[in-house]
Amino acid sequence: MIRRTVGRKLTTAVDVTVLLIISVFAIVNIRSHNQNLLAEVERHAIQISQTVKSSTEYDMLMNEPARIHETIRRLGQEESIERIRIMNKAGKITYSSDDTEIGTTVDLGTESCIRCHGVEPPLERLEMKARTRLFQRPHDRSGSLGVITPIYNEPSCWTAACHAHPQSQTVLGVFDVVMPLAAVEAEMRRGQIEMIVFAATAVVALSLIIGVFVRRWVSVPVEHLMAATQHVAGGDLSRTIDETRADELGTLARSFNQMTRKLSEARLQLVQSDKLASLGRLAAGVAHEINNPLTGVLTYSSLMLKRARTREEQEDLRVIVRETIRCRDIVKSLLDFARQSTPRKRASDINEAIRRAVSVVERQLSLHGVVVEQQLQPDLPHPVVDANQMEQVLVNLLVNAADAIGSKGGRISLRSSVLTLSPVGVVPIKQAICPKRHNLIDNEVRFDGKPSIRIKVRCDNEEGFMHLDSVYGRAGHRHGLLLDERRKAQFLCPECSTSLLLENRSCPRCGAPLLAFESPPKGWVETCTRRACAWQRWEEVDASSNREYIEIEVRDNGCGIAHHDLHKIYDPFHSTKGAKGTGLGLAVVWGIVDSHNGSIAVQSEPGQGSTFTIRIPVLP
Amino acid sequence: MKPSPDILVIDDEAVVLQGVARICGCEGLSVEVAASGRAGLERLAASSYRLIICDLMLGDLDGFEFLAEARRRGNHTPVIMTTGHSTLQNAVRSLQCGAIDTLPKPFTADELMAVVGRALAHAALGDCDARALGDAPAHVHCLGQVSWAATEPVGTVLIGMHPHFARALRGIRSIDLAPPGTELLQGASCASLTSADGLPHELMCPVSGKVIEPNAEAVAHPSRIEEDAYGSGWLYRILPDDLEYSLRFLTSRLERRDPQEFPVKGDQP
Repeated sequence: MIRRTVGRKLTTAVDVTVLLIISVFAIVNIRSHNQNLLAEVERHAIQISQTVKSSTEYDMLMNEPARIHETIRRLGQEESIERIRIMNKAGKITYSSDDTEIGTTVDLGTESCIRCHGVEPPLERLEMKARTRLFQRPHDRSGSLGVITPIYNEPSCWTAACHAHPQSQTVLGVFDVVMPLAAVEAEMRRGQIEMIVFAATAVVALSLIIGVFVRRWVSVPVEHLMAATQHVAGGDLSRTIDETRADELGTLARSFNQMTRKLSEARLQLVQSDKLASLGRLAAGVAHEINNPLTGVLTYSSLMLKRARTREEQEDLRVIVRETIRCRDIVKSLLDFARQSTPRKRASDINEAIRRAVSVVERQLSLHGVVVEQQLQPDLPHPVVDANQMEQVLVNLLVNAADAIGSKGGRISLRSSVLTLSPVGVVPIKQAICPKRHNLIDNEVRFDGKPSIRIKVRCDNEEGFMHLDSVYGRAGHRHGLLLDERRKAQFLCPECSTSLLLENRSCPRCGAPLLAFESPPKGWVETCTRRACAWQRWEEVDASSNREYIEIEVRDNGCGIAHHDLHKIYDPFHSTKGAKGTGLGLAVVWGIVDSHNGSIAVQSEPGQGSTFTIRIPVLP
Repeated sequence: MKPSPDILVIDDEAVVLQGVARICGCEGLSVEVAASGRAGLERLAASSYRLIICDLMLGDLDGFEFLAEARRRGNHTPVIMTTGHSTLQNAVRSLQCGAIDTLPKPFTADELMAVVGRALAHAALGDCDARALGDAPAHVHCLGQVSWAATEPVGTVLIGMHPHFARALRGIRSIDLAPPGTELLQGASCASLTSADGLPHELMCPVSGKVIEPNAEAVAHPSRIEEDAYGSGWLYRILPDDLEYSLRFLTSRLERRDPQEFPVKGDQP
């Protein structure tokens, strides 16, 4: 089966249109061409019959039948004339280029005579158009054109010496000139063939050209997009699409890349919180186990150091004691980090925390020629935070920045500001129940550390689950079942299979069906069921005002972070400082920011420096 | 009858027991060991010691349970609590439960001997010595017998060294104090000292807060600390973080009369 791709549909539509237009054009053109040719022949025939009439008029008046006969005969030999004859009004052929028919009488019922003689009394005047007739000769089926020219009675006719015609007679007889159409018909056929060939060529050429452009502008980018979406659906979030195009597909590619970036960030945060939680448990268990053997090493080595006699022994033992103490410090920092102490939060001045953090590291920074710039927005609202932890976050970031700058000197700029963000993409949905009051919250599948909302999806005989992102409007939903959007799916409570679909409602953004669940005590949350649509509405929360955040930015012009390291920087024990660091600094920062319901983001270009941006909600 | 050993060490790790025994042995102290809380209690019933060094996490009991059980049986031998999971809460709680001092694992020989020496000296302080040192003033809150904190009318807090601790050092050679702006945490070290015998000591901080002013006088003349521990021998003036929370773990003079809550001095050997 041929797949009905957009490109193919578009090409077919354009091809059919082109075919129709060119066919109509060709038919009209052929018809008009033929008519023109016939009109030309007709004009020619009328002209000839007028010429014959004029050239024989004098001989008629002079009553010189022999001369008339000769003129007719000679004219009849012309190639463009098939036959000329003159008939009297009774139908008797008096002169003809064909000698054999002279003296015979034509039947007045034949098609050349019936125009006038079909009525009684016969017509005396005939329209120019009606004088011509087309007919086919029976023997070779080639067409001929006949022209009848009436010979009207004139004063000179009845006043002439021969007195052949009385004055009362109106029509004396007719000229009948017949011309062959073989040449014209050949011309018509040639024109017809030319037109058909042209039309066919035009249709094929246009189809090819349009096909090429559709392929280039639509099919190929759409294929890339499709391939990328399939990769992303398969879990590979590193896949990006070329976003250099300036059209809508370029915009789509940019949005797509942005979406995968956001998704991978969200996934990173999720993994991060998992890691930290397990690290906490691990650390507490391991610290006790490690500290006991370390006690053995440290007590014995320090005892030996005290009792060592030679300088060499002392030097060696001093190394052991020093390094064991370093181990002790690492374990201690690990425990400090993993300690599940709840932060002591109260409304605090972030600018004060920044100033204190700077004062702690100021000396160290000035020694290395690092200049610290502070752009602190005065009168910031006081967020409810643990000021000590905030200070710890800033000291960590400042020390990192200073390490990134190294001893060559540089600049760190600190900025604080307040910004207002809409609740969309920020407020968590903490409760979700079906109409029969079953809990939809799933603690197993988490987004960014927060539980998801589980909904059963049934489509024909396939069944699966979708997990809705519990941050309102962030739409990092995970669809377990790859649904064909044209098929109608059911969205059900996993417990009681009550449908969650909203009857007679559709997504205002994409028109897909909507599902809804209750989030007590804050009313209902509505969500679009289509995979690619991020639409959500939570009226109670939308009605509440936007939330304020304090944004703190720490920017340095140091060595930056390599792109392949960016996703690892918050990992515990990931350190680029070698023996200098324990690799816990940024993990601690992440943990603290997370415990304040805040977010942290980093932008970094190797060689250009890094910028860490922290957002903390003013109200917890 | 064999003379009673000086120290009982209780730990579920053999290497720790051996290490502590070896160091104390080198310093001329006799040591007995027990590998579990129950074994420790049995030893305690059989003979008396000048000092007990007990781990907080034992196989059968935890250190707090051991301490409570020993006190319930009427044994008031001073206890040093060691732990591999040395959180600030554990340290504070140990002192609150009546341990004379704490020692986080792992430790060096000097650190061990500093604590042991201090504890033995402390235990050797007779009741009359203790009386001579005087009761703490009413506004003073003590963290065990290690350090004290006193609120000032303006909301700042003075912190200092408990006179028993100072006396147990038997002469302070030098003291290092943190500069203003440092954040001190209850249960963590707030000052490093060297005693006259050259051993290193750490003073546990009684209240969390930020240093406003270290007492330069005390740094210049460490003897002030011994002479006037509650007065001019104060160490820091701090701005407390959450005084109410910190004070929950400290005892004032009125509360100290309850022996269950705060069983003080150890038995004389």
